[in-house]
Amino acid sequence: MTDPVLATRDITKSFGAVRASDGISIDLRPGEIHAVIGPNGAGKSTLIAQICGGLRPDSGTVEFLGKDITSLSGPARAQRGLARTFQISALAMEDTVLQNAVLGALKSRGGRLGYFRPALGQSNLREAAFEALHRVGLADQAAVRTAELSHGQRRQLEVAVALTLRPRAFVMDEPMAGMGSEGSRQMTQFLDTLRQDAPILLVEHDMDAVFALADRISVLVYGQCIATGSVAEIRANADVQAAYLGQDA
Amino acid sequence: MTREGWINAALYAGLLAVPLWAWATDEPFTITLATRVAILALAGVGLNIALGFGGLISLGHAAFFGIGGYAMGILASHAQSYTPLMETPFLIEGTKSMPVIWLVAIAASSLAALVIGALSLRTSGVYFIMITLAFGQMFYFFAISWPAYGGEDGLSIYVRNGFPGVNTLDPIQFFALTFVLLSLALWLSARLAASEFGLALGAARQSPQRVETVGLSPFRLRLTAFVISGAITGLAGALFADLNRFVSPTMFSWQLSGELIVFIILGGVGRLFGPVAGAALFITLEHVLGGLSDYWHVYLGLLLLVVVLFARGGIIGLLAGRRVAHD
Ligand SMILES: Nc1ncnc2c1ncn2[C@@H]1O[C@H](COP(=O)(O)OP(=O)(O)OP(=O)(O)O)[C@@H](O)[C@H]1O
Ligand SMILES: [Mg+2]
Repeated sequence: MTDPVLATRDITKSFGAVRASDGISIDLRPGEIHAVIGPNGAGKSTLIAQICGGLRPDSGTVEFLGKDITSLSGPARAQRGLARTFQISALAMEDTVLQNAVLGALKSRGGRLGYFRPALGQSNLREAAFEALHRVGLADQAAVRTAELSHGQRRQLEVAVALTLRPRAFVMDEPMAGMGSEGSRQMTQFLDTLRQDAPILLVEHDMDAVFALADRISVLVYGQCIATGSVAEIRANADVQAAYLGQDA
Repeated sequence: MTREGWINAALYAGLLAVPLWAWATDEPFTITLATRVAILALAGVGLNIALGFGGLISLGHAAFFGIGGYAMGILASHAQSYTPLMETPFLIEGTKSMPVIWLVAIAASSLAALVIGALSLRTSGVYFIMITLAFGQMFYFFAISWPAYGGEDGLSIYVRNGFPGVNTLDPIQFFALTFVLLSLALWLSARLAASEFGLALGAARQSPQRVETVGLSPFRLRLTAFVISGAITGLAGALFADLNRFVSPTMFSWQLSGELIVFIILGGVGRLFGPVAGAALFITLEHVLGGLSDYWHVYLGLLLLVVVLFARGGIIGLLAGRRVAHD
């Protein structure tokens, strides 16, 4: 078996009495989409925050590309190619779509930030930005202010910014959230092609999307990973039925 | 050119035309007013980099203004009394040379901004406002209780400092110096705003999480902005002291920090020429209303209220409409 791109090893995180992560070990293998599902408050976003550097685990480690990155800052992880999208869009709303995409490309092209070089005047940054916008279908919206985009388009822009990082792994927190069925279907198709760029750790509530996309699924309940397996295995798993699918899907 | 571009050009031309006209008609007082506008606008251009671009509401920028002022005062007072600042471990003498004073003012205020920023940028929101205010007050009380440089009474400098090839005692020539420095600062600020750094700083203001996910540290971006901002405001402080030939602890007062914020709000937060428009309006109002009534600050307060409630983009926003995204 090939080495995982990204892995958590027995991570725990408590908020007071709440055990939001209770010894979670999951991994992401090259080329796969690994979905993480679980009821509200199960600890999915907390898991992602620890993977991406927003929160430090109380114990356990996070490994990325064979290195322990537990003590690295969020920006340092991003520079190594860990690309993340948020459950609630985090974009520069007053800026244009193109500016948001260029922002993503700034650091991945290496080197220091320019204090005098115009951000939008450089062909390599623009090309990278347009390429990403093109792939998510936002290229003709490049000059639009981000605040004027529809909800679904903002989600697409998040993915485009992640793409400009030339990532080695994607970590996505509910990319379909609030998208509507048509939007979700399009995003599902798009994520299906995205796995060729880099594997995706996908937190998602939309079960149609999860079952269509996932190579493997992990189920989180009360901070514990109660099962990991293929779509068929998870569908057949009695614990999962009881804990989650029974009530929800 | 965009509408905002035309408005900026008109403001710039106006700030140049008024003192030239005053010079032609022999009205030195008006030249001095225009010089005040240019210097305070320069301080505002500095603050605008932190406040407007970076969203850092500093209520302590008087610290940098005052440090610039005292850099001038201390160096010039030693030069006029022919006593060195220190003799051991090496000799440092005072100076009456503006370029040297400016460099010292910039270096000292950048250093102060680095320390104050490194400490206060760990907080945000109201806490940041309060911490910067506290730092400003620290400098204020320190200056009051420092008898070597005049304490509460401040320091008078009898002759304006010199600049090679310029008669700085001539009001129009001194205005020209401040105008050139203001122009340089505006140019720098425009370049910064459009640069990679400016894009990242603006994004950090709008969404710090976004900036982290693209591999940049919001803290470092803000600290850099704060240092550049403090340096420019410090330079303005040195010029202000030279204009008045006087430095006192009031340069460190929180009212001054507040006035700088008022310029920016009046002119338009984050607008390149916002501080110029704001400072010009402020000084004009102070001059016109101040002559009519001792309570002119009340009218200023009303005006601010109107701007905040009905014209969020300040004067420039009102005239130019919403900011058009470049490109
Ligand atoms: N910063 C925090 N402080 C205290 N408790 C927190 C914090 N963040 C999360 N929690 C708690 O940890 C648990 C897991 O939250 P988390 O947001 O990770 O769940 P989730 O699986 O992402 O839920 P959702 O499906 O609603 O997004 C919840 O009980 C939540 O209340
Ligand atoms: Mg969540």
